Amino acid sequence: MKFVKEVGVAGKIGLGSILLFPSVFRSCDSREDFAHQLYKTGISTLPVVTVVSLFIGMILALQVGLELRRFNQEIYLGAAVMISLIREMAPFSCGLCLASCVGSSIAAEIGTMKVNDEIDALKIMSISPLKYLAAPRILALAVMAPLVSFYCCVVGTIGGGIVGATQLGVDFGQYMSSAMSIAEDKDLFVGLAKALVFGLVIGIVSVSEGLGTKLGATGVGKSTQRSVIVSFLLILMFGYMITRICYR
Amino acid sequence: MSVIRFCGVKKSFDSSVVLDGLSFEVENGEILAIVGPSGTGKSVTLKHIVGLLEPDEGTVEVEGDPRIGYLFQSGALLAWLTVYENVALPLKETTRLKDKEIDAAVMDALRMVGLEDSADKYPGELSGGMQKRAGLARAIVRRADIVLYDEPTSGLDPVTALSIHRLIKKLNSEQGVTSIVVTHDIQGALNLADRIMLLKDGKAVAALKASEFASSDNPTVREFLTAMKGELK
Repeated sequence: MKFVKEVGVAGKIGLGSILLFPSVFRSCDSREDFAHQLYKTGISTLPVVTVVSLFIGMILALQVGLELRRFNQEIYLGAAVMISLIREMAPFSCGLCLASCVGSSIAAEIGTMKVNDEIDALKIMSISPLKYLAAPRILALAVMAPLVSFYCCVVGTIGGGIVGATQLGVDFGQYMSSAMSIAEDKDLFVGLAKALVFGLVIGIVSVSEGLGTKLGATGVGKSTQRSVIVSFLLILMFGYMITRICYR
Repeated sequence: MSVIRFCGVKKSFDSSVVLDGLSFEVENGEILAIVGPSGTGKSVTLKHIVGLLEPDEGTVEVEGDPRIGYLFQSGALLAWLTVYENVALPLKETTRLKDKEIDAAVMDALRMVGLEDSADKYPGELSGGMQKRAGLARAIVRRADIVLYDEPTSGLDPVTALSIHRLIKKLNSEQGVTSIVVTHDIQGALNLADRIMLLKDGKAVAALKASEFASSDNPTVREFLTAMKGELK
């Protein structure tokens, strides 16, 4: 019963915030805040995203490359790494990075505001917390997630190429041409769509957990933890569902 | 004329009854202090007035559509905005005033609370008393008709507490603001308020003129005053 109620609240917050997206561009102050959220979501997470995606590409290349070598098929290393990254691993690793770096920060920030009465203060001033806090944060995640995912794909592919060239004896140029030959528009768009969905999910979950915070500092800790766990689980579930729908 | 009316308001959280048939009225332009032991529903009462909480039973009526300001115990300032931006926030977000008009209103409010020199500071750079004064400036910047104060002097030194009390009085006398002050500071309440209401177990056990409160024969009032005196000693 509690679960159903929580899903209902998150749904309300999510839908309410999405309907309020146009308000993000209405005033100069809100545009400025949105730009700040874009920076926080995209630019400030780049160091983590770079390291994570580089290593994901390297691990993929090493594992797949060793198997391909057994059949003398290393020339397909680029294609194997690219298809894994573009379809699954790039949006997935982008989602995990954003959930742990940005989603947790949103849940903690809004949770702290909740226990410090700042959310109530906004309501009393007739300022909608959904419009003022939720909409710019969720929209920033939805906008940046596909871009970060694309960046993950590029960095991961380069990481795979480095491992291919240094550990498996695959020429970098050959690796890249194999990688580029396999990538289709559909793969790219499905990957980006996944990232967009993940961005929305992380934003809605984090804001909902933050707004639902109770019981002071302990509550903020719990909300932050829950936002990361729930985001991870939903990323996996939505990832599977989108793959199932798009690749029958 | 009463501007706020509570009639038989009951409110529970899980199994704990906080308000248990609370009834009282607040007259236009008066300062009402609500006192009582912790956990008797003083802050919950204020939250019903602004609609943050809905009663389980009974009614809360607020006459007309007044502008209501609310000073939270913590100040509840947004940490990433400066004092100026915090005070300007309700005007920027809920009115169509021009920047010049907003600037004039914000500086007026900051002057009123004596914070005009701290306009560019962030809440984290202010003392507790300054944060409360900034919160008060934000509460009154829209020319509030009613201001609700939740423990406005808790945690403050006596000098700062006195300055906050003077501000509340000034707002009342100069702008006719109706004020409800939730406080533990009984001495402050006696000096500040027109009327004092004592809450106990979610009910108003006494609502007396401030001048009559200290000498009341009501046993619950006497018990409360004795307990407060003991605490002061």
